[in-house]
Amino acid sequence: MIGTAALPANRFGHRHLLGIEGLSAGEIALLLDTADGYVEQNRQPDKKVDALRGRTVINLFFEASTRTRTSFELAAKRLGADAINMSVSTSSIRKGETVIDTAMTLNAMHPDVLVVRHPDAGAVSLLSQKVEGAVINAGDGSHEHPTQALLDALTIRRRVGLLEGLIVVICGDILHSRVARSNIHLLNIMGARVRVAAPPTLLPAAVDRLGVEVFTDLRRALADADIVMMLRLQRERMHGSFVPSTREYFHFFGLDQDKLRLAKPNALIMHPGPMNRGVEIDSEVADDIYRSVILDQVEMGVAVRMACLDLLTRRDNRQ
Amino acid sequence: MNGARRVAYVNARLVDPASGLDAMGGLLTEDDRIADFGPGLFGIGLLPDGPPADAPADAEVVDCRGHILAPGLVDMRARIGEPGEEHKETIASASLAAAAGGVTALACRPDTNPPIDSEPGLEFIARKARHVKRVKIFPYGCVTRGAAGKDITEMGLLAEAGAVAFTDGNRAVADSLVMYRALSYATTHGLLVVQHPEEPRLADGGVMNAGEIATRLGLPGIPRQAEVMMIERDLRLVELTGARYHVAHVSTADSVDVIRAAKARGLSVTCDTAPPYFALTEVDVGDYRTFAKLHPPLRGEMDRRAIVAGLADGTIDVIASDHDPQDQDVKRLPFAQAEPGVVGLETLLVLSLELYHKGHLDLLDLLARLTCRPADLLGLPLGRLEVGGPADLLLFDPDAPGRIDVNAFVSKSKNSPFDGRPVMGRVLRTVVDGRTVFPFGAG
Repeated sequence: MIGTAALPANRFGHRHLLGIEGLSAGEIALLLDTADGYVEQNRQPDKKVDALRGRTVINLFFEASTRTRTSFELAAKRLGADAINMSVSTSSIRKGETVIDTAMTLNAMHPDVLVVRHPDAGAVSLLSQKVEGAVINAGDGSHEHPTQALLDALTIRRRVGLLEGLIVVICGDILHSRVARSNIHLLNIMGARVRVAAPPTLLPAAVDRLGVEVFTDLRRALADADIVMMLRLQRERMHGSFVPSTREYFHFFGLDQDKLRLAKPNALIMHPGPMNRGVEIDSEVADDIYRSVILDQVEMGVAVRMACLDLLTRRDNRQ
Repeated sequence: MNGARRVAYVNARLVDPASGLDAMGGLLTEDDRIADFGPGLFGIGLLPDGPPADAPADAEVVDCRGHILAPGLVDMRARIGEPGEEHKETIASASLAAAAGGVTALACRPDTNPPIDSEPGLEFIARKARHVKRVKIFPYGCVTRGAAGKDITEMGLLAEAGAVAFTDGNRAVADSLVMYRALSYATTHGLLVVQHPEEPRLADGGVMNAGEIATRLGLPGIPRQAEVMMIERDLRLVELTGARYHVAHVSTADSVDVIRAAKARGLSVTCDTAPPYFALTEVDVGDYRTFAKLHPPLRGEMDRRAIVAGLADGTIDVIASDHDPQDQDVKRLPFAQAEPGVVGLETLLVLSLELYHKGHLDLLDLLARLTCRPADLLGLPLGRLEVGGPADLLLFDPDAPGRIDVNAFVSKSKNSPFDGRPVMGRVLRTVVDGRTVFPFGAG
């Protein structure tokens, strides 16, 4: 990792974006400021610039994804890069090709950026050690999903104006959530107050050590909240393994108008998608045009990913 | 004298933890036996001009230059790759690694492929070890057939065929009824049953110690309670059966407490730990270092300190290498997919010596955990200096500065989280049955 002190203000101090943990407030602000510019550009009829002309971006997904992959693909294309999607099924992993083999094979084709999603925590970091280009973590197991946290931050910043001092409630499957971890780190770095709300079966050990207030009662967590982030609960975890039933989960941890009344009147509702309507979030809340910013998040996703691609390639562009 | 091969070790600091001897002196071996030893034997003093006059004329003379001559180390648990994982280690390569580490005898884990749960398996190990003929290798037998945790093996016959004790290796005997029967049956023949202490259902899916670091890394955690609850259950069964019970690689503070209390109650329980558990913590996993993945996992600093305290007060009887060779292919993987295990034979002594250098254990006490204690537990007439006893010796300098270098390892696998660690202590010579097996080519 390269120190940031000597770098000009428009330069990002890291070769890769592997996680939010370890970034500074200044670096996050730089990413968000850069993304802000791309939000406006993405609303123009001509959405394309040539910041990454001639560059190759490979989206390498070891885990199924439509939304994140599409978002990265659009981001790369709007910057003028050649973008290629590669989905590596788990079956070819079972044939013996390892993450490192795949990394070295792709590295030989000289991609400028590899966008990688993998079901195992740490796999993207491992892969990044074997390639010359920049690597963006598009989600590694339950570890981090940095661009999701950045797009969430951008969404909040554009709506509220700042992150500092806000009370943000993250509710749901914190245990398995890389989105939660990246958001907890980012919001803490930017001076927000983070609360997590979940049944203890969905909370990781010592989660309070990450700098959050822990609630097992969503209603209490929602008091005075400025932002409510609901997390997706995987179906296979709903029937007796982590929670007794969908019905019981929704009763206590699903966000509906009744519970939402406990938050601040203008509190924003967020969800990384895809939503399980009626499991973690009621449709009436999800579709509330005044408070739900779920579609804003999708829009900000493209801009944030453009900013990440831009800043990571800008670094070696000018060396 | 009638063709016997005699070696005189002169100017040695003789250290024998079994008898408490720590004095300058000499030792004479005759073929594979210790013929004589004692303070003042062969005179004292360094040798500018050759051997002292009172060394036997026909003996080869080894000048120990004041370094420590002790019984060779007895390693209570190592995995040696055979049968089934010869690409990671073989009996030949493990024997070289043992010799380089000052280990003259080791007990090998039976959870191999196929598992050592029958007489042919034991004979396979014995035949290979005879052929390699470097260090002494004693196989464990499985507690259950196929180490599958269901049906107990022919423990009596296996013991007669050479099994020194019984364990399912790194698989816990999880079923209470099976463990009860195994302990109960073991008392028929006075056999030692060694448990891998982990409640497998509670640990299911976990890959490192549960806690803040696992949470930050997004890795599924194993609660430390998974260890102590298995030990507590087993202790109830020991009460019920009176069996000889030993807990392998203890890693948590709670385990040490529970075993300490059980010993105070007079239960026949013993335990061991391995260097990673007193020398490292979960912090060493760092950025997904798979070399720091082991089983049980590295724990927190409070646990590490409790392990040191347990060694210091004698609750933990033995230090084993827990040698577990793994090749690159199973370590250069995402953390969750990587195999657990650390090679330990070549670092057992130098890492254990840290306990002495830091003042936690005196030298005699430390060496006891590495020699006579494990030998006694396994019922082996080894690990002590005794006239007429086997000439299994270790000559070492406890103060020589050095650095652990995995590239210098003779083990086939190099999976050590200790690479680059500064250490004090060096093995100078390893002797098995009177033959020098290290340095290589010196015998």
